[in-house]
Amino acid sequence: MITLEDIGIVFDAHTPDENIALKNINLKINKGDFITVIGSNGAGKSTLYDVIAGRKQPTSGRIMLEDENGKERDITHDPEYKRALYIGRIFQNPLLGTAGKMRLEDNMMICSRKGWKGLRISLNNRMRAYFREQLSVLNMGLENRLNDNVNLLSGGQRQALTLLMAVMSKPALLLLDEHTAALDPANAKIVMDLTRKFAKDYGLTVMMVTHNMQHALDYGTRLLMMDAGEIILDISEAEKAKLTMDDLVKRFKEIKQHGLVNDQMLLQ
Amino acid sequence: MCYCQKLHKQMELGMVQGILIEGLVYGIMVLGVFMEFRILNFCDMTVDGSFPMGACILAACLTAGLPPSAALVIAFAGGLIAGLVTSLIYTKLRIPDLLAGILTMTMLYSINLRIMSNKANVSFLKIPTVFSNITKYMETAVPQISPDWGLVVFLLLTVAVLKGLLDLFFHTDFGLTMGALGANEQMIVSQGVNPQTVRTIGICLGNGLAALAGAFGAMYNGFADVGSGTGVVVSGLASLMLGEFVLRSNHIGLQTLRVLIGSIIYRGLMFFGRSYGYKIGLTSNDLKLITGLLIILCLALSNANFFAYMKEHTTRPPKNGCCKSPAGGRA
Repeated sequence: MITLEDIGIVFDAHTPDENIALKNINLKINKGDFITVIGSNGAGKSTLYDVIAGRKQPTSGRIMLEDENGKERDITHDPEYKRALYIGRIFQNPLLGTAGKMRLEDNMMICSRKGWKGLRISLNNRMRAYFREQLSVLNMGLENRLNDNVNLLSGGQRQALTLLMAVMSKPALLLLDEHTAALDPANAKIVMDLTRKFAKDYGLTVMMVTHNMQHALDYGTRLLMMDAGEIILDISEAEKAKLTMDDLVKRFKEIKQHGLVNDQMLLQ
Repeated sequence: MCYCQKLHKQMELGMVQGILIEGLVYGIMVLGVFMEFRILNFCDMTVDGSFPMGACILAACLTAGLPPSAALVIAFAGGLIAGLVTSLIYTKLRIPDLLAGILTMTMLYSINLRIMSNKANVSFLKIPTVFSNITKYMETAVPQISPDWGLVVFLLLTVAVLKGLLDLFFHTDFGLTMGALGANEQMIVSQGVNPQTVRTIGICLGNGLAALAGAFGAMYNGFADVGSGTGVVVSGLASLMLGEFVLRSNHIGLQTLRVLIGSIIYRGLMFFGRSYGYKIGLTSNDLKLITGLLIILCLALSNANFFAYMKEHTTRPPKNGCCKSPAGGRA
């Protein structure tokens, strides 16, 4: 559905600080994929997200979007707000998904329909009932707090709300950027369970960055491992089911060792 | 009742109308400042230029023979354009908001002089305006009360309509989006809305309101002055903070109401400073100093840390005898 072709990003090119953040990224995100992405700090996971979401422009390569009719369109130069119409993104920081100084119902109203907002007053009792019904799925009692400011909610509640609002707009692709990392374990579990539930119920295409290797194995239908700006492993569902954490660490080391040997050989 | 008391009472009565008129006229400007500083979180100094711009446009239009209603509309449109310029400097050239506003404000000084055909001060006392018509009507119809009350009622109605329109605007989908923009720009981007467009519209409307206030102010005074904009933003901020001090709410209707209340309180304080300040040696030259100190005081008081700080340092006995921990100095 979204295809990345030879994507590369170089920061501060042709300077002593030159930093290759991404290189030779070729990735085809299929409809219905639930991809988990792992990799150490600086591996390029966030940069990859920024490129897909449109926050950063790749220095090479292109991004293609396939619409429902199977037609491909180049979206490499579309700004972030335009891509947001079909790509949802949830950040690690629970405060980024909601406006704290506004009421819960206002937040949901803004997120209930993507795209340009007109001078209509859409927030009515029918919408409120719909919001309550949606919020009750979270099982957090938020359906009774439509009039509260969102900054009165806990981090876990806000992240769950952000997730719900992102899902309600039915994005073609949902990017989750370590969205449970800033939460306490209990809330992280609730949000993770909701993520799985929503992905299944809505048949979403999801990409999830996580630091938790076990999560990467437990969730999803496909696993990507990144290192030094490259996708070094792309594991399919069948293979992933048999994989254990030890296998994963071992394969990571194998690949890294390989790279190291190559470098040494080059130097000799 | 002796003569002295009577005179005093009369002065006080005049004072009430004066404060209400000034408070309501400037209140329109404070609504604009509220929109920019509070809703959009955009520090816009353009208002210091768009406020006198409204006055200058009104003077120019009236002396050219246009009806006052058309002059008001043109003044509002002028404010919109001033806001657009600031917004374009900010969004297209990526110049910080404060500097973008100051640049437009500075340029507007020359523009305003041009608007008034290179005169710094234009008087139109002899040309009938909405205000002078109301005053004249009041003088003939109900001579027993001060004609200024007519202006108070007129301004109350005008401001109520403007406030109502703004409240309605902030209840629309677009208004809600604008409200969220100031708090969380990423959220707006994530909703597929170009934040720059929303911000531009907000800045334009804010400056339009400021220009409208300037036009009303000039109508009340009977003249327009290019220098009348100095310190308008700061006075607007002071009004805003005073209002926030009086009413705490997350409801937009109450927030716009407290803007107007704050404006009236601020003008009251300034009127007080002008009328009675001489007793402690203050002159009208000191008003800007008072305004600045008032804002500092409001900021210090409304800062939540301030109360926490006071609580910590007044109710608890000091730890380890007398010495404060270094971390406790500044929170």
